[in-house]
Amino acid sequence: MEYGPAPESTKAAFDWLKTHDNKFGYYCNGKWETPATKTYFPSVNPSNKQVLAEIAHAGEKDVHKAVKAANKALPKWVKLGGHGRARYLYALARQIQKNSRLFAVLESLDNGKPIRESRDIDIPLVARHFYHHAGWAQLMDSDLKDYKEIGVVGQIIPWNFPLLMLAWKIAPALAMGNTVVLKPAEFTSLTALLFAEICDQVGLPAGVVNIVTGEGDTGAAIVNHPDVDKIAFTGSTDVGRIIRKATAGSGKKLSLELGGKSPFIVFEDADLDSVVEGVVDAIWFNQGQVCCAGSRLLVQESVAERLYAKIKARMEKLRIGDPMDKCIDMGAVVDGSQLKTITKLVQQGVAEGGKVYQAKGACPTEGFYYPPTLFTDIQPSSSIAQVEIFGPVLVAMTFRTHKEAVKLANNTRYGLAASIWTDNINLALEVAPKIKAGVVWVNCTNVFDAAAGFGGYRESGFGREGGKEGLHEYMQLRTNDTFSQRPFERPKATEPLDVNTKGLPSIDKTAKMYIGGKQARPDGGYTNKVYNPNGQYVGDVSEGNRKDIRNAVEAASKSTSWAGKTGHARAQVLYFLAENMEYRKQEFAHRIAQSISVSLETALEEVELSIQRIYYYAAMADKYDGNVHHTLSRHITMAMPEAIGTMAVVCPNEAPLLGFVSTVIPVIAMGNNAVVIPSEVAPLLATDFYQLLETSDVPAGTVNIVTGNQAELTSVLAKHDNVDGLWYFGNQEVSKMIEETSADNMKRTWVANGKYRNWYDVASGQGETFLRHASQIKNIWVPYGA
Amino acid sequence: MAKTKNKKTDSKEPEHQRNEGIPLDMDYIRGVNINRSAVERRAATIGTRRSVKKEWQAAWLLRAVTCLDLTTLAGDDTPGNVQRLCAKAKQPVRQDLLKAMGMENMGITTGAVCVYHNLIKDAKKALIGSAIPIAAVSTAFPAGLIPLEERLRQIKLSVAAGAKEIDIVIHRAQVLTGDWEGLYSEMKQMRQACGAAHMKTILATGELSTLTNIAKASHVCMMAGADFIKTSTGKESENATLPVSLTMLRAIRAYQEYTGYKVGFKPAGGIRTAKQALSWLMLIKEELGDEWLNNKMFRFGASSLLADIERQLEHFVTGRYSASYRHPMA
Repeated sequence: MEYGPAPESTKAAFDWLKTHDNKFGYYCNGKWETPATKTYFPSVNPSNKQVLAEIAHAGEKDVHKAVKAANKALPKWVKLGGHGRARYLYALARQIQKNSRLFAVLESLDNGKPIRESRDIDIPLVARHFYHHAGWAQLMDSDLKDYKEIGVVGQIIPWNFPLLMLAWKIAPALAMGNTVVLKPAEFTSLTALLFAEICDQVGLPAGVVNIVTGEGDTGAAIVNHPDVDKIAFTGSTDVGRIIRKATAGSGKKLSLELGGKSPFIVFEDADLDSVVEGVVDAIWFNQGQVCCAGSRLLVQESVAERLYAKIKARMEKLRIGDPMDKCIDMGAVVDGSQLKTITKLVQQGVAEGGKVYQAKGACPTEGFYYPPTLFTDIQPSSSIAQVEIFGPVLVAMTFRTHKEAVKLANNTRYGLAASIWTDNINLALEVAPKIKAGVVWVNCTNVFDAAAGFGGYRESGFGREGGKEGLHEYMQLRTNDTFSQRPFERPKATEPLDVNTKGLPSIDKTAKMYIGGKQARPDGGYTNKVYNPNGQYVGDVSEGNRKDIRNAVEAASKSTSWAGKTGHARAQVLYFLAENMEYRKQEFAHRIAQSISVSLETALEEVELSIQRIYYYAAMADKYDGNVHHTLSRHITMAMPEAIGTMAVVCPNEAPLLGFVSTVIPVIAMGNNAVVIPSEVAPLLATDFYQLLETSDVPAGTVNIVTGNQAELTSVLAKHDNVDGLWYFGNQEVSKMIEETSADNMKRTWVANGKYRNWYDVASGQGETFLRHASQIKNIWVPYGA
Repeated sequence: MAKTKNKKTDSKEPEHQRNEGIPLDMDYIRGVNINRSAVERRAATIGTRRSVKKEWQAAWLLRAVTCLDLTTLAGDDTPGNVQRLCAKAKQPVRQDLLKAMGMENMGITTGAVCVYHNLIKDAKKALIGSAIPIAAVSTAFPAGLIPLEERLRQIKLSVAAGAKEIDIVIHRAQVLTGDWEGLYSEMKQMRQACGAAHMKTILATGELSTLTNIAKASHVCMMAGADFIKTSTGKESENATLPVSLTMLRAIRAYQEYTGYKVGFKPAGGIRTAKQALSWLMLIKEELGDEWLNNKMFRFGASSLLADIERQLEHFVTGRYSASYRHPMA
């Protein structure tokens, strides 16, 4: 009882290629253009190495042309409004459905993935993404009134899900009123080019979508183009890092969806036969070329041998071969270079003592095929347990307890996805929040829907694609237009306040720093004198150095009690802070007046605003919560905002108290621990503030204050790999440095780039945007059924 | 002329080794746990991950014919319609079609006919000259809610009347209340009453509520010596489904790994199209392997499935879509 061949016809796809004479220009301003470079490169079918078509290699000039077209199209596209854009997105979705098989066949020819996957998974998800975002376009004018487009968006996508990644990029961008220059991966341009044709068919205005094909230099030209307002990239962490550095300080918004080494955790009570199918979906889906592939199998020791035996038996049933055969589980990897990488890493795994098992069924030899592979006897120290292989290779390790499982799961630089298998809901929901990953699948894996966000923690990148959380990558608050090139200052007092008290000489005070709940002397043993704008001496402040930063980060990362508190409990502490500030209102006002030479009245106003702001974030502490997304039937998909971890906050120099409160309080309201560099101009407000912290039940290590030279201390923070997020509200130069140096551990950075907000204005000085930047969304998928 | 790809090898297949059963292992039963959503996901992709076309498909469909328990279980069954059923069982596919496929001398019949006890003698008469076994539904089919002694007596009567296979129903309450010892004990006595006849145990899965219950019941019945486990009577509101079948197949696999005994499987009720039948065969090939793809180890319990298979076979032979009136009825 053999299956026999079940070939999908490729005729329609080849006919379509012929209508373009198997040679494609790039798509710009609604027209097919010949590249200025006059060069083309072949797109190859990886299952038989045959050339499918010649693809234009767009160069810098071509990219410039496309960006220009996108810029030109932008105002009309914005003006068209949500409903008009919704109609276009809806039409695109319809056309994709109508041409679904052509898209699927073309995708499998170009990429090597089984036709079953392109037909049943990729293309339906593409259509779904456009439908979903047609809805968001419709809702923008009514439900997202505070937001506007970003502008021209440059998008660079990978070869593993060519059309799906295009959809994830283009649909939200267009919905929110942006125009697009997209570069497909050089191995897989074809479905993007067919999509361009569809754009033409639905009458999408010229220049709204531009598809520039090419290689690395084409992508670089997009990234570096000055008229591009945002870059969205999906691909390797290494290239992501290059893009982060290249765009640093440019003010370009950036979202990165990068690599992963996602854990697939199996507890002893799991339905092991179902786990095996989960493993198949995790690592032998798309030949393992999936950024969120469950490539690290973590099994409870008690069931490990049984599970390995079952997986090996299942591997024998996997059919590897012609992607166009409807009876194939695994097709070809995308290119010879990828095959070489996989082969080399597997050899390295063997050399490092891993026990390798490969399915016995033969792989075809003419294309780029690699057999399903399982490594056992692997330790976290082996390189194949750490690096992303991006192939059908699973490495298995065991754990003893759920605590150890969490530790092993998080023992990686990446944090894209995780899968947890247990029928014990207590266990599943205990573990899911503890895994550092943007997507957690319980008893399933590689499940996607347009209504749920997808994206990483740590070096798997930042930003989300899909769901409401994904829209924020393509829109910005209208209040951003109110930002100024210079800081907002308060009117100076006509008469300077008397700094020195009369009578007895005052008690000599040196403000210390505040680390781990204790007042700390500076490591270097230096203090600086603080003067106000009138040149009057205000006090002494410690000069922090890199060791003080080290100690502060240490204290912040070790303190766990704050993150474990409920929103309500955190709110109570914040209210208490406000209450204590109220007691010392006069004292704070006096200090403000002294420090920035404003009238006592103006200063009192700032204290009052600060108290209100603390109230705002106290109120939000238990209200800024998540969503339960409408995804698949009988799935609960919970989008939970989680704390980022240890966050560094470099306070604005202006608004000495309000600036501190406006930036530090939202960070801790979301459950982060903070390392704070206060205003360099008026640091004494921050050092006064720690006395409030001490009296308001804020746990030790939650807020740590290091005074000193902002730029120097910030540089240490940006280079600190245990700092997970960094906010900065000052000049462009330091902003650039932060973005550049943060690329190494992919910190979540939020920098002002020399654009200053008015802290005294409620619309731009507070709001959900602060909370969003102080948290990251984790989507937890829980399918159910008794 | 279209020829099917696979040679029919039923005659060379070994006889079904009986499942002698093992003592009830409650530790094992307690450890059984099935995740429904994951099972459903797997079941949903069986028909999309695999595909058989052309002569391979024709071969698969002919194999399906030989695995049919051609069934009539209605209150208005008479000797007449049972005779018609038996005639169809002996010659399930039109001779000209078999000839066109080069299969006319392969002795293709259905796997069995399945009737109520009272019609065994009529079936027996109608099947003279063929090796087609008679399966009888006993034990107060379909609900089974009469005293055990009566059910055991029914089995013995059916065996005495000439049934080679006895399709018994379990007492669902024993599953729903977790009385695994009670279920095991009844099954064991029934198995004994069957004697040389093979015992096919109907779980009536549509009434067992959860896949975990279905898996546990499968294991208990196999431990008690069931030769086949069968999904449904065809009278429950939910009949054979792929997720339920997948659950039972995995239990069969686990039982074989545990004891060495190979137990047969019979999905029944609701399987009406050739396409559905192919999905079931694929599921079995993937989960249990080719050893189960014959009528010693696998049966379809169906009454209208055959008509659709015949139409598909005619399409294979002629390239024309067929009509059901062109095929002799059962």
